[in-house]
Amino acid sequence: MSREPLVSVRRLTKVFGEGEAAAEVLRGIDLDLGAGELAALLGPSGSGKSTLLTILGTLLRPTGGSHTMLGRDLGEASDAERTRFRSEHIGFVFQFHHLLPDLTALENVMMPAAACAGRETADMRRRATELLDAVGLADRRDYRPAALSGGQRQRVAVARALINAPELVLADEPTGNLDRASADQVLALIDRINRETGTCFLISTHDEHVARHCRRHVRLLDGRLEGE
Amino acid sequence: MRYAAKIALRHLLATPGQSLLLVLGVATGVGVFVFMSALIGGLATLLTLRTVGNIAHITLEMPDRDPARIVPGERVQVAVQKDLSRREQILVWQPAVAQAEVAAGVVAVSPQIRGSAFVQRGQAVAPVGVIGVQPDKLSAIADIGKAMVAGSDALTPDGVLVGATLAEDLGLRIGQVVRLRSDRGRERSFRVGGIFALGISTADRQAVYMNFNTARALFDLPSGISRIEIKVAPPDAAPAIAARLRRATGLEATAWTEDNAQLFDALDAQGRTGTVIKAFALVTIVIGIASAMLLSIVRRRGEIGIMRAVGASPRFVLTVFAIEGTLIGTAGAVAGALVAWLALSAFPPLTEVEGGGLPVDRAQGDFLLAIALTACAAAVASLLAARQATRVDPVEAIGT
Repeated sequence: MSREPLVSVRRLTKVFGEGEAAAEVLRGIDLDLGAGELAALLGPSGSGKSTLLTILGTLLRPTGGSHTMLGRDLGEASDAERTRFRSEHIGFVFQFHHLLPDLTALENVMMPAAACAGRETADMRRRATELLDAVGLADRRDYRPAALSGGQRQRVAVARALINAPELVLADEPTGNLDRASADQVLALIDRINRETGTCFLISTHDEHVARHCRRHVRLLDGRLEGE
Repeated sequence: MRYAAKIALRHLLATPGQSLLLVLGVATGVGVFVFMSALIGGLATLLTLRTVGNIAHITLEMPDRDPARIVPGERVQVAVQKDLSRREQILVWQPAVAQAEVAAGVVAVSPQIRGSAFVQRGQAVAPVGVIGVQPDKLSAIADIGKAMVAGSDALTPDGVLVGATLAEDLGLRIGQVVRLRSDRGRERSFRVGGIFALGISTADRQAVYMNFNTARALFDLPSGISRIEIKVAPPDAAPAIAARLRRATGLEATAWTEDNAQLFDALDAQGRTGTVIKAFALVTIVIGIASAMLLSIVRRRGEIGIMRAVGASPRFVLTVFAIEGTLIGTAGAVAGALVAWLALSAFPPLTEVEGGGLPVDRAQGDFLLAIALTACAAAVASLLAARQATRVDPVEAIGT
């Protein structure tokens, strides 16, 4: 009996604009992602990587096709249900760390959980501390993002993505803004977390160096999957 | 809610200079609101005090008698002619005085004998209004005792107190003898015992106070009196108390408000003007806070996108900015009210306001109302602006 995939999209399309200005960015994507996978989404700029990621992250609705995760049809879900699902099951790491500048590293890590619960709890604080420890920044927990290096900020962003123990983490060019040493640190961290927790990572990149850290390679070209 | 409040507070503390400016802006609006309340309220109180300070708040007199109809039938023309040969007087006045003295809100009751007379000194003659009062009630209505500028306020049987203008017109001095001829044709000489200056031109020019029993003889009223004058507290209660006394005594009771309708119209107009100014102050606060919140939302668009992307609901985002604006509004309201309270302390009490001074009454500053209204207005303004934050598309805001 085959295991049901964590995420599944079928004949997924996305068109921006209407009429003559319409641009078809995704053209019938079929993709399954299983639990514990560490996959690279490869393709040149404009190939549709970011669009696919935002659809998988429920930030954007597809124009056509189906999108299910954990057996849930997310295409049919309401905005409120998608927001709740996103907070509980999906983590994000962006190219630019996108940490909140007025919060400390610890508070930034707690933010997704606290924003959903409406308050910060001791459990959240403990888990955020553990995550900062895991990414090697326990001693930087009270620092604001402005006081951290680029690599440190991105590691805080990885910790933030994991605070709600999501099954899927979507990383959009997570090392695109880092020097090689910092990028390697972040990639090693993702690899370790993936192995230790079984969290599925889908990393969008056009950098072959990043792709080499991943065990699966999904190639996207002009809105279509080009094989693996 | 608690976490949204924390984020809102961090936003405000992240730009302390800007937050302080916003709070100062709101505080200024609240200061205007409080100052206008204190000024308009104080002005109304001062005008009322000056108007009613030395006059009766209620006057009890005999009601006009309706003539009895002796011809039966509906279609009868009737001409009424008042009998001027008879003097209107309250013959049985002691029970009415007793009833008035125990009535709630009444602070002073003065039975009076009033009449017209001519005062003559040498060749000079002047028409005057004589007020016969019981000596212990001399200052019950107009504070004659406090207004004395010469002589004594003791009402001896052969003495009179005259107004300062009248004294000047006739060249009267303390101890001089004048002759009074009443409208009942009786004449008598009196010694000027005191001169008063109430600051009311008609009183200072025409009023002559004399002993109650002396006035009886001068005006040929052996047992009755002309009227009963009453003071009440607060003066605004006069119409209601007058209505009660009318029912209780059967006398015609006239409140001071009936003779001063123009003053009330003026005070009403003044009050409405103040309300409009205060409303504008509130509108300014609302616009200021809404603008500040909209700017804050534009500036923090990226952060809103991040919060939304990691799972924060639109409601959470709305709450953050609503709290942010409400905090600014409340802090500004409290600060403005506090500064206004301190600033208004510098003004003298209404009773000591002199010409050119502002009649500001701190007690009428509406401090709590200003704080409550501003906080509510700030909350509404913030909510309206914060709705903009919920419409931020996280994908566009983050630029993924």
